[in-house]
Amino acid sequence: MRLSAMSPIVRLITQRITLGILLLFLVSILIFAGTQILPGDVSQAILGQSATPEALANLRAELGLNDPAYIRYFRWLGGVLTGDLGIALTSRQEITATLLPRLWNTLFLAFCAATVAVPLAIILGLLAVRYRNGVIDKLISGFALTSTSLPEFFIGYLLVYFFAVKLQWLPGISTVYVGMPFLERMEAIALPATVLTLVVLAHMMRMTRAAILNVMQSAYIETAELKGLRQIEIIRRHAFPNAIAPVINVVMLNLAFLIVGVVVVEVIFVYPGMGQYLVDHVSKRDVPVVQAVGLIFAAVYIGLNIIADVAAIIANPRLRHPK
Amino acid sequence: MPKAVMKRPHDESCSLLEIRKLRIEATSYSPGGAPQNTVIVDDVSLKLEKGRVLGLIGESGAGKSTIGLASMGYGRGGVRITGGEVLLNGRNILAGGVQGLRKVRGNKVCYVAQSAAAAFNPALRLMEQVIESALLHRVATRAEAERRAMALFKKLGLPNPETIGRRYPHQVSGGQLQRVMTAMALCSEPDLIVFDEPTTALDVTTQIDVLAAIKDAIRDTGVAALYITHDLAVVAQVSDEIMVLRHGKMVEHGETRQIIEAPRMDYTKALVSIRSIEHEEKKPTTKPLLSVRNIIAGYGGGAVKVLQDVSVDVRPGQTLAVVGESGSGKSTLARVITGLLPPLSGSITFAGRTLTPRLADRSRDDLRELQMIYQMADVAMNPRQTVGTIIGRPLEFYFGMRGCERNARVAELLEEIEMGKGFVDRYPAELSGGQKQRVCIARALAAKPKLIICDEVTSALDPLVADGILKLLLRLQKIEEVAYLFITHDLATVKAIADSIAVMYRGKVVRYGPKTEVLTPPFDAYTDLLLSSAPEIELGWLENAIKGRRMESAGN
Amino acid sequence: MSVSSAPLAKGRRRIPIGAAIGLFFIGLFLFAATFAPLISPHPLGEIVGDVWMPMSGEHWFGTDNLGRDLLSRMIYGARTTILIAAAATALSFTLGSILGFTAAVVGGWFDMTMSRFVDLLMSIPTLIFGLVVLSVLPSNVVTLILVMGTLDSTRVYRLSRAVAADINAMDFVEAAKLRGEDRAWIIFREILPNALSPLVSELGLRFIFAVLFLSALSFLGLGVQPPQADWGGMVKENKDGIVFGISAALIPAGAIAALAISVNLVADWILNRTTSLRGGRGNA
Repeated sequence: MRLSAMSPIVRLITQRITLGILLLFLVSILIFAGTQILPGDVSQAILGQSATPEALANLRAELGLNDPAYIRYFRWLGGVLTGDLGIALTSRQEITATLLPRLWNTLFLAFCAATVAVPLAIILGLLAVRYRNGVIDKLISGFALTSTSLPEFFIGYLLVYFFAVKLQWLPGISTVYVGMPFLERMEAIALPATVLTLVVLAHMMRMTRAAILNVMQSAYIETAELKGLRQIEIIRRHAFPNAIAPVINVVMLNLAFLIVGVVVVEVIFVYPGMGQYLVDHVSKRDVPVVQAVGLIFAAVYIGLNIIADVAAIIANPRLRHPK
Repeated sequence: MPKAVMKRPHDESCSLLEIRKLRIEATSYSPGGAPQNTVIVDDVSLKLEKGRVLGLIGESGAGKSTIGLASMGYGRGGVRITGGEVLLNGRNILAGGVQGLRKVRGNKVCYVAQSAAAAFNPALRLMEQVIESALLHRVATRAEAERRAMALFKKLGLPNPETIGRRYPHQVSGGQLQRVMTAMALCSEPDLIVFDEPTTALDVTTQIDVLAAIKDAIRDTGVAALYITHDLAVVAQVSDEIMVLRHGKMVEHGETRQIIEAPRMDYTKALVSIRSIEHEEKKPTTKPLLSVRNIIAGYGGGAVKVLQDVSVDVRPGQTLAVVGESGSGKSTLARVITGLLPPLSGSITFAGRTLTPRLADRSRDDLRELQMIYQMADVAMNPRQTVGTIIGRPLEFYFGMRGCERNARVAELLEEIEMGKGFVDRYPAELSGGQKQRVCIARALAAKPKLIICDEVTSALDPLVADGILKLLLRLQKIEEVAYLFITHDLATVKAIADSIAVMYRGKVVRYGPKTEVLTPPFDAYTDLLLSSAPEIELGWLENAIKGRRMESAGN
Repeated sequence: MSVSSAPLAKGRRRIPIGAAIGLFFIGLFLFAATFAPLISPHPLGEIVGDVWMPMSGEHWFGTDNLGRDLLSRMIYGARTTILIAAAATALSFTLGSILGFTAAVVGGWFDMTMSRFVDLLMSIPTLIFGLVVLSVLPSNVVTLILVMGTLDSTRVYRLSRAVAADINAMDFVEAAKLRGEDRAWIIFREILPNALSPLVSELGLRFIFAVLFLSALSFLGLGVQPPQADWGGMVKENKDGIVFGISAALIPAGAIAALAISVNLVADWILNRTTSLRGGRGNA
């Protein structure tokens, strides 16, 4: 009975996850195609315009560029699936080994930013709904409008200028290393985490406000009000259970933005994460590294989107309790 | 179930509910513009004694719902009570502040909304929501409240009264939800219930059951009620007295019998006489204009069959009314005839020619001679085109008319639909609901059609406006000799306009023939149910109708 | 039924203060961009003094990391930034809206293929995909415009397809089809006039996105290449001064912010004035 009652929801979730995996597979093709088939020869790019034909041919053979594209793709994909991301052209080092500590650094930074940004955005979103059309709401939406228009590096250097240079409270460059004490690490990433928080905060808050407002304007909230419930009870019993899914959705989507925002922020603070790694190797035209990091970013992004959808499915009472 | 003992000392000299000189205003914010104030209700007073039912009736915008909610001290959206008093058991609830209002709401006054489907929290089981206010106001313990709720479910005729409370709102049909909402209102044993159009969203055969259930429940519990509706026939069945409202002001107030049998004001008289259009049925001619034969149609490549073996005829210059409830397939029939949905099998002949199944293959004359008018006039017209363009386009398109010739004909058509030349440059948003529908009629007429398909053209309109549209259509039929295929769910409309009738039920035509024949017994079971369910402005109609029924309605 | 009439009578409103500020800055930037060679005190690449000289009467914004006049570079930077962003926006709009409209009206396999492909493109963050593609393409302005425009056209496609599909399902479009109108009439006379107002307001947002995207790319050293100057690139050039307390990098960064906020304010105002899709008269 229990199982059969749950089955449509399980089916939907399975569907969504399968779709996500398929999408990831297609994205890997797209990333591969984007770096291989477009005009521009990798070996030429590495060696420069003045390279001799022999040197070019040697490099082409070494990189396996003479094989057809689909063989190269499957070779690459096979490697990715077994945890082997290939070898960097520039440094001749294994990408996986270099990447893992940087991935960890990036996720740590994003996680710290999220732990501040998510509760803050939800609280501010709730405040904006509570005092709708009032001064607080106007201030919050004004702040949101402004901060979605600001480039990350403007916020970043403004903070560095005042907090690192003028006031000298925090370091302007985030050096972290393995085995660094936790508090020191937190101090090092305080500024980049703040910038990231500010970058996603406005958007997350605006969307949270819209999601909650949507629930608060439903007819069943009016019903609750006409039962004589207190505001706090209305929110706890009637608004919250219905708002949780859209809010989780909003949070996940914004975490996905946050992952992208990381790239610029890491460059600003010279933070040894994936973003900086990617940017460095794009300018060096180190294609294997770009492919690997691009795929990981895309995977995290798609993963967060899947979580957002699954959360929405689970929280939908119509799916949880089918007819 | 006897009413619980009143705990508070009750002063017999004052009414249960008394509203004095109520004034309600609303502020609307248009983006960028200054806020605008409008008066929604002005100087309305009423008194309601214990156990009585007062019907509030009026068109949309009459302020009837607003008054109903004001009796709970509640204003929807930007609505504010700016003047007057609302006395409940002699105490002004508006003076008690938020705390005081909370003690009244869900305790002494309860509310039943138009759309129960939206008014229930989708994430909570029905029982939780039904007993919520009884627990909140400490009227009963949980066990007591649940027992009471089950008794109410049973009294309201809900299936499985012991277990239905464990279901979620989306697991229960619309008609049943409306009863659960009534049970929810009754559960805390209030003195007064506000019913806000509780049956309007339901199909006609479901409406009668819910109406009867509500009426019984009111009688047996002795609760007083404000019953809000736009349908005089409905309110006549349940209320002891009726107040007629218009533009936020009171027009007339009296006992139900007086209002429907001897109305004093002109507006009330118009409302009462609304469905008495005189229309003499034309005798069927031999040769049909449109002949639909054995149509089978459906969606998803025949996976879902919506029409099963449908055959009907429309005679030149006459009206065939197709009646049925939602889901009967009547609108699908229109889509098949227009070619928007090619049928799986069957044929359609029109003016002696066989129509191709697909719209794209039809000749321009076929398209011209078969026009359509829609239910929602405001989305049937391009909001960026003026009335002149809307009516003028068929003239250009079919007859190649240009310039003065076209403008003259547009003016003529506007004359025909009883609108002046001044409307040529108006946009649809600048017209009232009735005017919009008239422009749509003119657009159809501009093509000089032989047949117009009218899809629920009056059901979105207020009764008086709808009446005007029906009269216009009948007059135009005489002048232009155009035939109508009139799709509707409303039997009163059918009686007013049809020459022949086809009754549809679940994709089949269950009864078909000239009007008098179809409306004369013996009936088949469904037609009987449909005919007996259409409310009439007559005292005691509901009891007789329920007594005489043979078939359970589809909503149960 | 007291609709219309009242709001019509009020006539033109005053421009709100926010929009006025926005218009002022947009005007200023456009002026600088158009007449850059005429108004800039020094040529683009001329070295006029010491590195990172402070603001003075002679050099209003000081000098940059190579001793070039910052004001002159800001003026030329306005030209590059606005031009590339505008070209990318124009490309993304043309591509996105034509494909989106066609998909909505034609439907069928074309709609399916296009929509799934756009879903795929949008499942990779724009900046990441941009970086991946730029790692193999030659770095010049045309590549930049093509990459930015194409990636961003996915968003325009989604919006215009959704808007057009909504309108396409309305009864007045069905009425036109029943009348026998051809596809061109339906797209241009029935759908387009009703789709314009959401699309126009989207135009502003897309332009802001293009400015920010371009600036981010240039800041990362992958956008406009030296000696050309755009604002994002100038932030990159001068960013090393920040840790020494030299604020030169904040000037171009602030200009980007000012441009984006101004466009936002003006787009917001235009949107508010034209939202009444129900009303035929745009000035109501």
